[in-house]
Amino acid sequence: MRKITLSQAVNEAFAEEMRRDERVFIMGEDVAEAGTPFKILSGLVEEFGTNRVIDTPISEPGFMGMGVGAAMTGMRPVVDLMFGDFIFLVMDQLCNQAAKTHYMSGGKLSVPMVLRTNLGATRRSAAQHSQSLHALVAHIPGIKVALPSSAYEAKGLLKTAIRDDNPVVIFEDKLMYQDKAEVPEEEYTIPFGVANVKREGTDITLIGTSSMVQVCERAAEMLAAEGISAEVIDPRTIVPLDEATLIASAKKTSRVIVVDEGHQSFGVTSEIASRINEKAFYHLDAPALRIGAMDVPIPFSPALEDLTVPTADLVADKARKLVRGELINAA
Amino acid sequence: MSTNKPAKSADELLRMYRQMVRIRSFEDNANQLYLSAKMPGLTHMYSGEEAVAVGICEALTPTDKITSTHRGHGHCVAKGAELDTMFCELLGKAEGYCRGKGGSMHIADQSNGNLGANAIVGGSMGIATGSALSSKLRGSDEVTVCFFGDGATAQGLMYEVMNMAALWNLPVIYACENNGYSEYTKTEEIAAGSITARAEAFGIESFQVDGQDVLAVNALSEELVARCRNGEGPFFMELMTYRYHGHHVGDINREYYRAKEEEADWKTNKDPIIRLRGYLIENGIATEEEIDGINDQIKKTAEDAVQYALAAPYPDASEVDMHVFTDIKHAVA
Repeated sequence: MRKITLSQAVNEAFAEEMRRDERVFIMGEDVAEAGTPFKILSGLVEEFGTNRVIDTPISEPGFMGMGVGAAMTGMRPVVDLMFGDFIFLVMDQLCNQAAKTHYMSGGKLSVPMVLRTNLGATRRSAAQHSQSLHALVAHIPGIKVALPSSAYEAKGLLKTAIRDDNPVVIFEDKLMYQDKAEVPEEEYTIPFGVANVKREGTDITLIGTSSMVQVCERAAEMLAAEGISAEVIDPRTIVPLDEATLIASAKKTSRVIVVDEGHQSFGVTSEIASRINEKAFYHLDAPALRIGAMDVPIPFSPALEDLTVPTADLVADKARKLVRGELINAA
Repeated sequence: MSTNKPAKSADELLRMYRQMVRIRSFEDNANQLYLSAKMPGLTHMYSGEEAVAVGICEALTPTDKITSTHRGHGHCVAKGAELDTMFCELLGKAEGYCRGKGGSMHIADQSNGNLGANAIVGGSMGIATGSALSSKLRGSDEVTVCFFGDGATAQGLMYEVMNMAALWNLPVIYACENNGYSEYTKTEEIAAGSITARAEAFGIESFQVDGQDVLAVNALSEELVARCRNGEGPFFMELMTYRYHGHHVGDINREYYRAKEEEADWKTNKDPIIRLRGYLIENGIATEEEIDGINDQIKKTAEDAVQYALAAPYPDASEVDMHVFTDIKHAVA
């Protein structure tokens, strides 16, 4: 099968969905001729014109709010937020407006829009361009949250997001834009709420999101060399969450580590580990563990920044100890 | 009353009168529901500002859109809502416009183009401007009116969206209801410079109008709506008006920020309903008796609507996790 970059996969998803449905349009900073700073949208304005690939002023709350209004009145906007860190700027429009409109109107109004943005540290961009803030969004009922882990997921999940009648936030890892993966030429979508078992195993389950799936896969390789069989699961969406697949794997392997690039405290790892501890308790040989980003603002210096994110070495080390029974009561 | 306006038919004038009285009657009853502890939560009265909502909404069609505010009952009635369904919403009943999930501050009426009240001051300015963008992208001639108060001019969102509306010639009318008070503070203490100059800075044509004169409001609205449909938007209106009650129904002792004499002056000398009543009689459109008859009939309709809503059932407990998502029937299964 052909291999394309995550960036190309996103571009293809847009082109296909915009050809399929004329209500779909993109709005954000430097999305048209510039194609975003990451050049992901290059070529779209040439095909679809400036009425469907709309450059906005640097007014995140303004164009986010306009996306909500356009979605409520018959359009299917994709709002492009240049960096995930800017989500703090649009919180009112996202969480007080988009997330609640369907509920507050008793189901009469809906907001079929996508907020497309990114996450991920180690790009040496410091504390305001490196955060992974998806847990904040997932905390608010009424928003779906997708976390693609490769070019294949990026395309399939974005197409599903655009077709969804609810607000969806999709976070791409900005360090993966040039990573290639097998992506079929033919049409496909990936359903929300269906986890992907990337690798089967029997001794421990490693649940990873976004680029942490690759971290877990590398850890699994290291563990395999030592005779430890690790299962790797990618939830692909955290809202909705495919709890059944995660719980079934936990019951099978009896040990779980959850790896996510958001801050560890009050985050995605805490939520998933908690659910497993609640729902698979009698099947576990150890409490489900969390590995998130260190609870510090992301530092600039490479010497410091690399210490803040989960690595395959760290995951493998924790997994080894968990399998040996060393981390019980000491996690 | 104002002059130099397009002639309105007797039917149109009487309809405007009825709509204003419907709003006043709705609010009088909502206030009583609060004072008698029959309504959960609290609410913000539109009484005194009726000419603004009615003057504007009478210039719109049912498919034109509005966004509303926490002080939004007037907009909802003026855009065509039914009083019984509105009271059901205020009382949290299943037959309410939002099945009791929104209440006073989130009432929405999609069937008449009301995209909803908003409990975040200025929170709907993006939605209104996006609705206008949608209209333009769809090639529709729908116009969107964004209602907000003078207090909302302090929100940054307004400047972001007015900039984009002006850049892209969107069919939106920003309707600033200047009632002189930003919650419990005089507007002059929170707003530097002029209100209309804010929009003029973006090249948006702006107007100040007597918001107690429904005919003046309607004449200006008719003109601006037509110009919006003709691709000449956006526009900005500052409507000088007054709220008879406090910021909300519980704001009763308010002399520390507003004199009783001032309130009495507006109620006696500038009331929009009294003014239109006088115009109708002077111009032979209706007699005193006919107008009293209209008032009595609407009063009864509103009282019947209250009784209907009081007797109506609450939503079933199973609805609590419905409508979180469009495609997941119960979000907390």
